[in-house]
Amino acid sequence: MTMNSRSTLLGAVLLLAGVVGLALLPGFVGGYGLSMAINFLMFAILATSWAMFSGPSGYVSLATVAFFGIGAYTVAVLGEQLPWGAVLLLAAGIAFVVALLVGLSTLRLRGVYFVIFSFGLAELIRQVVNWYESTQAGSVGRYVFLDITQEQIVWQLTAVLALLFIVGWLIERSRVGFALRMIGDDETVALHCGVNITLIKVLVFSLSAAFMALVGAIVAPRWTYLDPSIAFNPNISFQVLIMALLGGARRLYGPLLGVIPMVLLFEYLSSNFPHLFSILLGITFLAIVYMVPHGVAGLIDSYVQRYRERFPGRRVGKNQQKESAL
Amino acid sequence: MAFLDALLNGLTLGGMYALVAMGLTLQYGVARIMNLSYGEFLIAAAFSAYWLFQVQAINPLLALLLVVPVAFGANWLIYQIMLHPLVRRSRDRGELEVNSILATFGLLFVIQGLVLLIFGSNYFSYTYISNVFMIAGSPIAADRLLAVGVAVVLGTALYLLLVRTRPGTALRAVSVDPRAAQLAGIDVRAASAMAFALGGGMVAASGVLVSMFTTFNASMGVVFTMKALIVVIMGGAGHLLGALAAGLTLGLVESFVAVYVAPGLTLAATFALFLIVLLIRPTGMMGRAGA
Amino acid sequence: MTTSTALLSVCDVTRRFGSLRAVDGLSFDIAEGEIVGLLGPNGSGKTTMMNLVSGALKPDAGTIRLAGSDIAGLPPNRIARQGIARTFQLVRVLPSMNCLDNVKAGLGFGAQPTWGATADSKAEGLLERVGMAHRRLTLGKDLTYMDQKRLELARALALQPRLLLLDEWLAGLNPSELVEAIELLRKVRGEGVTMVMVEHVMDAIRSLCDRCVIMNAGAKIAEGMPAEALAEPEVVRAYLGDDADA
Repeated sequence: MTMNSRSTLLGAVLLLAGVVGLALLPGFVGGYGLSMAINFLMFAILATSWAMFSGPSGYVSLATVAFFGIGAYTVAVLGEQLPWGAVLLLAAGIAFVVALLVGLSTLRLRGVYFVIFSFGLAELIRQVVNWYESTQAGSVGRYVFLDITQEQIVWQLTAVLALLFIVGWLIERSRVGFALRMIGDDETVALHCGVNITLIKVLVFSLSAAFMALVGAIVAPRWTYLDPSIAFNPNISFQVLIMALLGGARRLYGPLLGVIPMVLLFEYLSSNFPHLFSILLGITFLAIVYMVPHGVAGLIDSYVQRYRERFPGRRVGKNQQKESAL
Repeated sequence: MAFLDALLNGLTLGGMYALVAMGLTLQYGVARIMNLSYGEFLIAAAFSAYWLFQVQAINPLLALLLVVPVAFGANWLIYQIMLHPLVRRSRDRGELEVNSILATFGLLFVIQGLVLLIFGSNYFSYTYISNVFMIAGSPIAADRLLAVGVAVVLGTALYLLLVRTRPGTALRAVSVDPRAAQLAGIDVRAASAMAFALGGGMVAASGVLVSMFTTFNASMGVVFTMKALIVVIMGGAGHLLGALAAGLTLGLVESFVAVYVAPGLTLAATFALFLIVLLIRPTGMMGRAGA
Repeated sequence: MTTSTALLSVCDVTRRFGSLRAVDGLSFDIAEGEIVGLLGPNGSGKTTMMNLVSGALKPDAGTIRLAGSDIAGLPPNRIARQGIARTFQLVRVLPSMNCLDNVKAGLGFGAQPTWGATADSKAEGLLERVGMAHRRLTLGKDLTYMDQKRLELARALALQPRLLLLDEWLAGLNPSELVEAIELLRKVRGEGVTMVMVEHVMDAIRSLCDRCVIMNAGAKIAEGMPAEALAEPEVVRAYLGDDADA
């Protein structure tokens, strides 16, 4: 499969270029540039890890911010007591376990129950944290005083994004990723082909949750003050969903295609039409659901598929004389 | 007296949850639309009632006569324009559920944004009746009692409409099997639009009633949606009596948890209940077993 | 009824839906290499029986043994790994995957899972075997009905099953497709695959099956060579009704 290895090589080169570019970026841009870079990276990781599970499986998760918030809160509570690396590992670990429990109880049921549960999960965790902080810890809201600069946040996020792409790529070409796509297409068939569908779903869901928590943990020092309504802001889940859907959730690179225009759009909307932000967000989302249901990457794929069917045995992009396939 | 307080409070709360969920059970059970913007309609109706009462001096019961038909019409249009294309595009029920979740998720933010734009993010409330009754030594607010009374009337009317009339039977037929209903000469699209609009009317009515005794703000819709969804699934989609039983259960659990455990944990209790029901009986308390 | 020689041994299996006994104390054996037709009027419990064997449903009572080990009540994925593959009454292919991937779905998770380059070449071979090599990159949803059926068979064969369950695999085909499909099954049979087929197409049963089990109202009413079993008075009554009703 020369095409496969060629696109793998291309992907690796792009990834390397991206990492080097982002790592050098802080030297060239000012504070505003850095904060935009953090936004891009944060949503790129969230949307890509969302799509890693929800894209192939078709299980729409509305719980992104639940795991993001878990990460942020881990930093708020333990950030000053443990070494930074341990805090990050712990954040990812807690999110993994929570996702495991949620997944085991809801991913065995019909998809719609999972969606509903995930819809309420962030609210649930927010209320529980609220309750704990106000009754047990004494006050809602915590200060995060950590000696972590914007540059360091960019570097950390870049590393996580690179890791996510490698993990995502490995999953996609493994039997786990293949099984997840089977589940998205027809769960009954997957089951009768010998796939342990609960295991696969819970595993990938928990893995994606761990990445989301990592992002929350890494960007938490930016806020200095953190309370449950900041850490578990449902708009984040919503924005991630829009980005992933616009880009196309069935491809690893898909969400990236959505993140770039959407972060710019959100930035523009929130600075120019702060009062209309929510309405415009909703309309943008509806436009995507109705007009590009499979995202930009889906459009590319269907073009490729049509081309392949008309010219079997050819490689896309080669300039050869057209002839009928039949 | 804490026990009796909690019991009475739980029953009135549960009655409201049942009413709130009845509209959704029509929308999901008959029209097969999983409507995530459901609670936003409730909040929009609550704000309408507030505005009518404070600005136009129209009392909430009269407001029902205005708000409900408008909501009915608006929901009928939403089904015909926005949701029917999704029905046509979806291959099966599962796909329609996902598509409708996505579309109504967008709608949620549009409606919430509109309410925020007009009313801002503050909490609102108004006093329609300020009397308090005593039932066996426990106080209960008159406006709350009135709301529950109207809810019972509306719920009964809806039940009779579905069980005793021809159009109601058509809706129930679509709920059981849309394809077979079509073969029996029922216009499934019209019936679904009707069910969706009826559900929209019901949620608007419950919004007006809830506004009589609760404080509300623009971003509370999600919580109502969650509770309605939980009641519908616990009760079995399309089952009015199931919604009643599940609504009362939920109200009682919340009320007792608030009194005896911690008020901050009511939502956690709701979710725990939801999970327990799903794990024991995935088809709901009164749902049909094994289709 | 010696379980040692039977590949599949169904013993006293019952499954209720509410008050309806869809399968009611049914017993039968399938020997290695046999092709057995599971017949009966609509609603007699054939598909329920197939679902019980493949794990889609759990029996309320009774045992189902595959080569001696009890599989009753195991989840479908474990039963598939033990060597039972199936097709579905309403044909099911993976719609967004191409034919090659549809077959790889059967190869990757069975008793002896294969993956990577080996799986690719095996999948090509299986598509060849069901006559679909020219459709390898077509998506499942873009196939004709007949091609979806072939693909489903290729996927089931990819599991290298000891027992293949075909649930009305021939239903809905036109006469020329039917001839082709029966020919295909005969080829598979020639390769030594044991099969149970629920079928209404009598020509296929007569030409393919060694034996028939005939069900009515959840119970077995006849068993034997197709021609003989179908001629039994109770079978005739089950299909055509009593003289009194006629």
